[in-house]
Amino acid sequence: MATAETLEKIYALIEPVNRKSCQLAPETSFAVDLELDSLTVMDLVADIEDEFDIVIPLNILPDLETIVQVADAVEKIVAENE
Amino acid sequence: MDLLDKFDSIVAQRTALPFEEADPFTVVMDKIISETEAIINGRPTILAGTNNYMGMTFNQEALEAAHKALDDFGTGTTGSRVLNGTYGSHKTLEARIAEFYGVEHCMVFSTGYQANLGMISTLAGKNDYVIIDADSHASIYDGCAMGNATIVRFKHNDVAQLERRLKRLPEDAGKLLVVEGIYSMLGDSAPLKEILELGKEYGCETLVDEAHSMGFCGEKGRGIAEDLGVEHMVDYIVGTFSKSVGTIGGFAVSNHPKFDVLRLVCRPYVFTASLPPSVVASAIASIEAISRAGNRRAHLWENAKMLHGGLKEAGFDLATEKAESPIIAVCLPDIETATHFWENLLKEGVYVNMAVPPATPVGYNLMRVSICAQHTTEQVQEIITRFINTAKKINLKLGNA
Ligand SMILES: Cc1ncc(COP(=O)(O)O)c(C=O)c1O
Repeated sequence: MATAETLEKIYALIEPVNRKSCQLAPETSFAVDLELDSLTVMDLVADIEDEFDIVIPLNILPDLETIVQVADAVEKIVAENE
Repeated sequence: MDLLDKFDSIVAQRTALPFEEADPFTVVMDKIISETEAIINGRPTILAGTNNYMGMTFNQEALEAAHKALDDFGTGTTGSRVLNGTYGSHKTLEARIAEFYGVEHCMVFSTGYQANLGMISTLAGKNDYVIIDADSHASIYDGCAMGNATIVRFKHNDVAQLERRLKRLPEDAGKLLVVEGIYSMLGDSAPLKEILELGKEYGCETLVDEAHSMGFCGEKGRGIAEDLGVEHMVDYIVGTFSKSVGTIGGFAVSNHPKFDVLRLVCRPYVFTASLPPSVVASAIASIEAISRAGNRRAHLWENAKMLHGGLKEAGFDLATEKAESPIIAVCLPDIETATHFWENLLKEGVYVNMAVPPATPVGYNLMRVSICAQHTTEQVQEIITRFINTAKKINLKLGNA
């Protein structure tokens, strides 16, 4: 599973759009818990890409429903780039 | 489990829309009077949502050519372009379009949708990348979904975000950068020069969809790339006959020396029947007419500017600061207001497109007006007046009120 450091970075990016003030946890889901609309999700993905200096392909987005799934994907992409 | 159950929420959303008689998604044109007028629900109605920008649907030469082709070659080709479906006229049409664009090669598809589907899914393979604008048309997204490439998306028209993404892609990988000239819903244009320069800097091949810019952008009417003088940076242009050309069909043009191999490997080209001869004949005549239609183009732009100016002055919230195309999109606060507005505008005798997500970028509930070169000044003024009347009728607060 993703490291605490990766998760913390992602939490920090989510916080500004966490309008429902959800307690963020690895299993928090973007659609169900945070109720983010697709435009917000798109901006968030862009922020995550910029934070980690990676590209998150559109192809894998449908599989990323929770914060930990995103964190895992991010770490995998970062590792592949090295 | 019923397979259609998964769409229950969509059905519920639709049935919750507050229209009383006319449903924006099931409108029927009872009779077409001209390029700009129809009978809808028994009422004469100004058409202001047809994409018929150059008003070519009743062009005399196109009509005559179509009639003749119908008599000479029959109602359809009953076959694929690579089997029995290529007639002399298909080759002539391709030659004419190549000539119109000043390039070597052209492939005609049965729709513009299939042109994008085919070009994108075929050009970009397993280890390649396709870079697309977030507001791309469904046919571009579907082309991505059909192929095996990795898809990278950047925020609409955001050149800086595009560059950050291009920088991260492997230098030696195959890359296809796809953008539109004019975006169909908001009618806004792409900063094509900046985008294409970046694309070239980072080793991309580039594809520009000129569906909503062909006919009236650029001196010859080829589109935004011509208008901005950046055609030399475009590797593939995709277009359609279903808008300015006034019939149906799609095309791709290119100077790529290996272009013709696509005729063998592009599935949406191979595995469908070719355009009927009457459509091909009218497309040839219409493109010929478009290439000499300088006056019509000028009138279309006047119409677009007048409509934009009039609606803006009345206090409507418009998607673009000025008229960037013959598409003028009026933004409404929510889907209920949009439905209400749309229905009442129709009762006033103006048809526009109601465009809401997912067809529009999230958050946009639009009265999408598309203007035609054949609209008279009086009709444009009438459209503005009826917009204002409709706003009053449904108590829509306008910006200057
Ligand atoms: C940008 C864009 N590309 C392609 C198409 C598809 O065109 P066609 O109607 O020929 O399938 C459209 C039309 O809806 C469009 O808006």
